[in-house]
Formats: sequence, structure tokens, C-alpha cells
Amino acid sequence: MEEYQTKPVSLPRLGEKAPDFDAVTTHGNLKLDDFKGNWLILFSHPADFTPVCTTEFIAFAEIFPDLQKRGVELLGLSVDSVSSHIAWVRNVEEKTGVKIPFPIIADLNKEVSLAYGMVHPGQSKTETVRCVFIIDDKQIIRTILYYPLSTGRNMQEIIRIIDALQTTDANGVATPANWKPGDKVVVPPPNTQEGAEERVKHPGYECVDWYLCKKQL
Amino acid sequence: MACINPEGKPTETGKKVLKALRDNRLSTVEKIAETAGVALFRVRSGLRDMTEAELVVMVGDKYDITEKGIKLIE
Repeated sequence: MEEYQTKPVSLPRLGEKAPDFDAVTTHGNLKLDDFKGNWLILFSHPADFTPVCTTEFIAFAEIFPDLQKRGVELLGLSVDSVSSHIAWVRNVEEKTGVKIPFPIIADLNKEVSLAYGMVHPGQSKTETVRCVFIIDDKQIIRTILYYPLSTGRNMQEIIRIIDALQTTDANGVATPANWKPGDKVVVPPPNTQEGAEERVKHPGYECVDWYLCKKQL
Repeated sequence: MACINPEGKPTETGKKVLKALRDNRLSTVEKIAETAGVALFRVRSGLRDMTEAELVVMVGDKYDITEKGIKLIE
């Protein structure tokens, strides 16, 4: 693979405030602040009128009602024009019957994609890779996923992450591997010896040892 | 602009927001979104455009419709 000399870029990190933007979209000009109070999934795709991206947009549209029930908005992005986005979503609706209900940023000057680290020159110098930024209702970045150009995203995993994060926020717990709603959750481990001794005797917990205890919500 | 078309007229979403404000004068963004049945982010973006077009006015942390706004939905 060709090597690229690139300037170091400061990428957004988990737990930090999401970078502000004021962007042209298919639903008019939108700012990050417009989404305050809702969770937001900001995701990028390489280009309009491409096959994997089309399957992903259909899949995002299909999970849109499930996301809305969880207070989550969707916002797409690529380095294409608004006219291209409009033509593409109209084409998707005409050919598949699926209406794309969420806005898409036309990031022609790459202002948003560079701020979010969505362009990975090793994959493409001109297109954004398949990024997913899950931003909470206080505009803090809670999850970042990167997928290569060739791999379409898994929508059920995105919903699962939202459920896990919202469960963590509501109950002060963590979620184990492959957790799904209804499964037992992980209780934060104690940080004192006394706490450890009490933990293993806790009647409501299922403990492997003091540091790994689960409970049913 | 999401709520105003190139002819300066409110779009369908714009009309929903203006009607919500006409029926509930001095409303918060959240109340407008609930009354209009429009997503919060679209209401915020639309109010920005419609304030610039003098169809609505901000009063403290609430919004009100102007006479110009009322005329456009009559």
C-alpha cells in the first residue's frame, strides 16, 4: 500500500465534547448544537451512488424508528454535494421504495470530516471511511467505530451499543460481552478490601469472584 | 433553508412550526417541537432561519410568531 506523508491530526476521543460544526445538509443548515437534548449518530460514507453505501442507507432507514424510540437522531455525511445527496436518496426511494428520513451533510470542503478524523488517506485520500460517532444528549462522544470502505456496518450492533450506553447511564452499571437488553449487567467492582468481602456475600448478586459480579436489573 | 423555500415562503415543516407558535404563543423550542410533531433539531434550525426572515422573534428563551409570520400561514 502506498505510504502517505500526512500532518498529525488531533482526532476526537471518547469522553470529549464532540467537535462543533455548522454544515450544509439535505435538511438545511444544521449545527451540532441543534441536536442538544437528543443522542446523535453521526456517520460517514465514502460516496453517493455506490453499492455498499446504498445498502447501509437502506439499513439505517430501517432502524430509524427503533433509534427514534431511544431518543437518537441520525446524521449522514460524505464529501458530495447536496444535489448529489438529493439525487441519490430520491433514486434509492424510486428503486427500492425506502425513504431516507434523516439529513445528510454535504461536506465538500471536508471541514466536518477532517474535524472528526473521517478521512483515512491509507484507504482513500478523497473519500470518508465508514465512521460512526455516537454522541450523547450532552454532546459527549461515547463511541467511535471505524469500518473500511469494503465492509458494510452492522445495524444491530449500533442499536446494541446505544442500549448498553443508555443502560449504563440509567443504572450505573457496565455491560458484559455480547450483552443485550434483558441480560444480567455487571456491577462496578468494589475498591476496598472490606467492600470486596461484602460483595461476595451480597444476596442479589451472581459473583464469579469479588471483582466480577452480575445482577438482573 | 429547511423551513423557508427560495421564494421566501415557509415549507411544510416551516408551516407546522409557525402554526404551533400561532396556537401557543411564547413557546420553548421543546414545546414547539412537541406541538408541531417536528424533530427538535429541525425546529432549532428552522427557528434560526425564520428569525432571520422575521417570521418569528426570540423573547428570552422562548419564541413568538410575528405578524409577518401569521400572514404567511393564513
